[in-house]
Amino acid sequence: MEPESKHLELTLQTKVESVSLAEEACLRVAEAAGFGEDECYRIGMSVREGVINAFHYGNQERAEKKIYLSVEMTPERMVIRVLDEGAGFNVKNVPDPLAEENLLSTSGRGIFLMRAFMDEFEVARGRTGGAEVIMSKRLPGPGAASPNGDSAAPRCES
Amino acid sequence: MNLQATAREAGGVLVVELSGRIVLGDDSAFLRKMIRSLLDEGRTRIVLNLGDVDYIDSAGIGELVSGFCAVRSRGGELKLLSLNRRVRDLLQLTKLYTVFDVHTEEAMALRSFR
Repeated sequence: MEPESKHLELTLQTKVESVSLAEEACLRVAEAAGFGEDECYRIGMSVREGVINAFHYGNQERAEKKIYLSVEMTPERMVIRVLDEGAGFNVKNVPDPLAEENLLSTSGRGIFLMRAFMDEFEVARGRTGGAEVIMSKRLPGPGAASPNGDSAAPRCES
Repeated sequence: MNLQATAREAGGVLVVELSGRIVLGDDSAFLRKMIRSLLDEGRTRIVLNLGDVDYIDSAGIGELVSGFCAVRSRGGELKLLSLNRRVRDLLQLTKLYTVFDVHTEEAMALRSFR
């Protein structure tokens, strides 16, 4: 029998409130999966940044466009996808926020943070034609979570 | 909105105690307006105490950078005080820890103004 994979999908409006809504939804899933407090923080921050990107750069803050969030729990990983309805972009063209000339930029750190906080990160062209951020985090190992899903590490704040 | 601020004078420096989250939306807009308002009042020696700020996202980082640059452009200084572990780690990760003048003690922060 195939190992069970769980899936959550949310269609979000292009508005600021969707950022926290997406973060909270993913934190609940991460907590239930047994991620510790620090990993939950990194996952939550990455989801925030992915949705901020979709809201601002992808959908240009246009209310008629949607943001599609999906979370898939495989036996090994939590995979998060954030899809917008924008024109898409090439991640190679995103300026390095750590370059001396960009250090005092007031924006442009979202992708850097997602890369830093998740195990895998990529940007693809999604079914809408917009950018789809795909990022994943390996599930806590056997030493980190008990059989009932309780983590030895501190849990996410509710 | 979650972010709150209280300000007090300390030896010619304005110490602003912030509490809450600095994230995209009303919170980061609040910080931006507050710093602009202080600058309009001629306050250019500012310490932001982030001891009770438990979360900052990239929009919040951008707002801190924007405030830092705005104060500096008026010939002033904006310094940070009492970062929690996550905020400190975030600033280190983004290489901003060395851009901002960061202090752990208020007395040291106040003494550091020229």
